[in-house]
Amino acid sequence: MSMLHTVNKSPFERNSLESCLRLATAGSAVLLIEDGVYAALAGTAKSDMVESRKGDLTFYVLDADLEARGLNDKPLIEGVETVNYGGFVDLVANNDASQAWL
Amino acid sequence: MKIGILVNEGPFTHQASDSAYHFAKAAIEKGHKVIRVFFYYDGVNNANKLSEPQSDDRNIVKLWGELAAEHSVDLVVCVAAALRRGIKDDILADGFRISGLGQLVELGMAADRTVMFGD
Amino acid sequence: MSEENNIEFDTAGVKKKFLFLNRKAPYGTIYALEVLEMILISAAFEQHAVIAFIDDGVYQVQKGQDTSVTAMKNFSKTYGVVEMEKEDADEDDDIDMVWRIVVEKESMDARGLTPDDLVVDVEVLASNELADLMAQQDVVFGG
Repeated sequence: MSMLHTVNKSPFERNSLESCLRLATAGSAVLLIEDGVYAALAGTAKSDMVESRKGDLTFYVLDADLEARGLNDKPLIEGVETVNYGGFVDLVANNDASQAWL
Repeated sequence: MKIGILVNEGPFTHQASDSAYHFAKAAIEKGHKVIRVFFYYDGVNNANKLSEPQSDDRNIVKLWGELAAEHSVDLVVCVAAALRRGIKDDILADGFRISGLGQLVELGMAADRTVMFGD
Repeated sequence: MSEENNIEFDTAGVKKKFLFLNRKAPYGTIYALEVLEMILISAAFEQHAVIAFIDDGVYQVQKGQDTSVTAMKNFSKTYGVVEMEKEDADEDDDIDMVWRIVVEKESMDARGLTPDDLVVDVEVLASNELADLMAQQDVVFGG
């Protein structure tokens, strides 16, 4: 079974991403939304969280939440794919279940 | 697909309701059926018709009501959570109905996918 | 209650695996209590459930909670009802409902807790075991 994990909080604020990564099985998808999008940025003290799991997890970030936060022209961690709300819907449909890490 | 949504937070204080709303709209645009949106915890506050946002801001309560009307989305507010927070029939916004927590469990059973939005 | 437009789903024969994900400490927020209410309601639907306590969620089932000064509802005893529902289902051959009450070992260890500190009997699972279990679930609720 493939799980879509959503993370909506900044890794600087909460341990949600940390716990998600500890408990996500290989082959899962992780979608960063709301304040969670900060985890997708390259060159921060927390970039390594996503970097270190690119091998066995697929990362996505919601474009609207990057835009709202003025992050459009900031480099993202390589391999993190940007999606819109339609893409979010596709991720939900194409994975067997969805789990929110709040 | 039949999609169920759980909204844990009220309007404005958290982005959860906005995210859920945009997700629901996108799901409908893609041809999926959002069979129910269940509002729990502070999410019940999304049903408060007294909400009066600034004129240049989105009206979250109305947006949900319009989505419900346009696409027959069932918006359910948990009665126990609602009572705690003073959300009752006389201030219930259009499009919402108050019902039991069992409706959330049924949603989990009936939907192909359920997605939770919260803090 | 505005029940006049009650919408019924056809869920006859449906058996899903629910995960109730508890990650927050009790009392600082209401999520522990309201997830517990969700779990109790769900018993009537005879679905499978994993009730998981992870991160600060493990504190929800810590013994010795006393809310007499804070005047908040002490719901820790109610986890005993969850345990009872699980045991009843385990013992009744006519009910097809598998409930598991699990705690993540890493979360417990990090907080210096042992199963003896908890108000209910739990399965202690290592992160990788819990991860595999969670990956099998159909519906994930929490707070």
